[in-house]
Amino acid sequence: MARLSPDNTILAHEIIARYPKPKSALIPLLHLAQEQDGYVTDEAMRHIAELVGVTPAEVRGTGTFYEMFQFEPVGRYLINICGTMSCALMGADDLMHAAEETLGVHAGGTTDDGMFTLHRAECQAACTEAPCLQVNYRYRFRATPDDVRTLIDDLRAGRLDGEIPPHGTLARTRQHIPADRGVGAVDPDDVTGPPAWVTVDADTSQGAS
Amino acid sequence: MSAETYAWAPGFVAGDRPRIVTSRFEYEDSYTLERYLATGGYEGLRAALGRNAADVHEQVRSSTLLGRGGAGFPAGIKWGLTPEGVFPRYLVVNGDESEPGTYKDRLLMERDPHQLIEGCLIACYAAGLSQCFLYIRGEMALAQERVGAALNEAYAAGYVGRNICGTEFSVDIVLHWGAGAYVVGEETALIESLEGNRGMPRLKPPYFPAAIGLYGQPTIVNNVETLANLPFIAANGAEAYTSIGTETSPGTRMVAVSGHVKRPGVYEIINGTTTFRDLLYGEEFCGGIRDDNELKAFVPGGGSAPWFLPDQLDLPFEGRQVGAAGSMLGSGAIMVMDSTTDIPAAALTLTRFYAHESCGKCVPCREGGTWLMRILERIVAGDGTTEDLDLLLEVGGSICPGDMPHAASADLGLEATPFPYKMTTICFVGPSAYVPVHSALTLFRSEFESRVAPVRPRVRIPVTAAGGGA
Ligand SMILES: Cc1cc2nc3c(=O)[nH]c(=O)nc-3n(C[C@H](O)[C@H](O)[C@H](O)COP(=O)(O)O)c2cc1C
Ligand code: SF4
Ligand code: FES
Repeated sequence: MARLSPDNTILAHEIIARYPKPKSALIPLLHLAQEQDGYVTDEAMRHIAELVGVTPAEVRGTGTFYEMFQFEPVGRYLINICGTMSCALMGADDLMHAAEETLGVHAGGTTDDGMFTLHRAECQAACTEAPCLQVNYRYRFRATPDDVRTLIDDLRAGRLDGEIPPHGTLARTRQHIPADRGVGAVDPDDVTGPPAWVTVDADTSQGAS
Repeated sequence: MSAETYAWAPGFVAGDRPRIVTSRFEYEDSYTLERYLATGGYEGLRAALGRNAADVHEQVRSSTLLGRGGAGFPAGIKWGLTPEGVFPRYLVVNGDESEPGTYKDRLLMERDPHQLIEGCLIACYAAGLSQCFLYIRGEMALAQERVGAALNEAYAAGYVGRNICGTEFSVDIVLHWGAGAYVVGEETALIESLEGNRGMPRLKPPYFPAAIGLYGQPTIVNNVETLANLPFIAANGAEAYTSIGTETSPGTRMVAVSGHVKRPGVYEIINGTTTFRDLLYGEEFCGGIRDDNELKAFVPGGGSAPWFLPDQLDLPFEGRQVGAAGSMLGSGAIMVMDSTTDIPAAALTLTRFYAHESCGKCVPCREGGTWLMRILERIVAGDGTTEDLDLLLEVGGSICPGDMPHAASADLGLEATPFPYKMTTICFVGPSAYVPVHSALTLFRSEFESRVAPVRPRVRIPVTAAGGGA
């Protein structure tokens, strides 16, 4: 598949409608494309450009700034081993070594069977649980080299399929704003006065500069 | 005294202290609406909605709640910086937590998303903000799931959206998620990213987001932990809040202590009075250095903070005193190095981080950060020369001209140089690449000197042999 599927296109429209300006939906839509195909395809970027009303070059320009977006196929499992200070102090190098040895690739590489891509990552906001890693952005805390080897075995054997979805899938519970409950996004140019609960008096008494 | 660690909140240690933002962490289902309502949830919002917006704003101002994202700016004052009569105004929640060592916002989002949602609502009500964007770091899949589920529950129950709790107050909270870029945590870069652009910081002043932010409108950017404090303040009053902590640092703070301690963890501590010694050695906190080793150095406030030595252990977790002593509290993250630590290698892990995360907009950061990293790499690999040490300082000086803040050391006969520094870059990423280099080199120069060789004379390769030719 390449363009967003019909279901994903519906979802894309729902996401775009939440923002006062459609371009704000770019990053969420790039994630949607990556979830669909495992990486961001050129066709998906063209589709997103149409949906958001910008040029494909703008979509690529934004997308390439962000590390999570892959523009070439990667493994079904992306293993990110943290190498920033707290993890480094607690033995991150040993984890990386174990992963490289088990997978037979260096950091940055993908295994021949297309199952695993290994990356050296930066701080994952779990520093007290160092050394740590993520597989498709799911954590493993206080990991040992043995844990890394077991993890790779388990992933290969499909034992973690329920817990760890294929690369690209982030939140499996999505936000949904019910039509009868949402306020709806308004283009800032169409807003003239203060919101209903702010009386102009109260606003002035805030002593705004 | 208890210091129980909750298996479902990895890293979190409760202890026997007043808790404001982690009060529900002991419940395994703390992230559900049911548990939230059973433990006083949304009462702060109801209390706020019963008063006029200006009064709620005043209450937060008098609580002196300080921003927890790094700069420590009082939230109530920030909300007052929006220009009068300009609407719409937005709230952008900074849940991009990526500063090395920092681990608290993710816990707050995963463990108590409703508390954050309630905090967002109170902020919107008080400051007249009509839409809220909750920006969660891309790599935090579980936090995105938990906050998404909580928002769905809150919408269905009438706490978010149109006519909240049957009042005129209507506001949408939109969950937004990033895609991996540390610099996007900087508030103007966060706004650029939310507009669908590359996440590069904007030049400021003259324009702070409170005046010109998202879509050019007044925008309040607040950290997750900052907002998570609001339900307590709204429900219990500013005095209940200021009765904890000190005058300049009221309330509590979440602090992550990582590295070479016996019990690394996230602790909610009393602000302003708890000392670094309490945190590192106290039985209710980390219980000492691993293997009872000696403490060598620690980073007191996230990877961007100048390093401290055992000399500074008795300082309290209080911004002004820590600033005068040559560092900063930043995002509440302490990283501890014991006597076995290879200091140049440790500094490299941080410098590499900031060099890697440079957005490339300013030359001193883009070029300087990479230079610092390369020089450190060759020193650590044993290929450095004596000249490299001066080169590190020279390159650093192009990012941060003038005196750099550093700690005092009795052994080295050093006096403290207070925080902050001067800088030639738009944001703090550039200087942050230099800070660990400067700290390591100032406090542990001998470890560098023992690793570098004097400059070798150049090998001369004459084009023709002397006396040869013709
Ligand atoms: C390079 C850089 C990274 C930052 N990263 C974060 C971050 O991840 N989370 C955060 O809340 N603030 C971060 N900040 C601080 C924000 O710019 C901003 O000051 C903060 O979100 C304001 O919220 P507060 O007033 O509630 O603290 C960062 C600042 C800089 C310069
Ligand atoms: S200091 Fe670095 S990260 Fe910050 S704006 Fe300049 S180049 Fe970008
Ligand atoms: S240093 Fe590895 S999670 Fe923070």
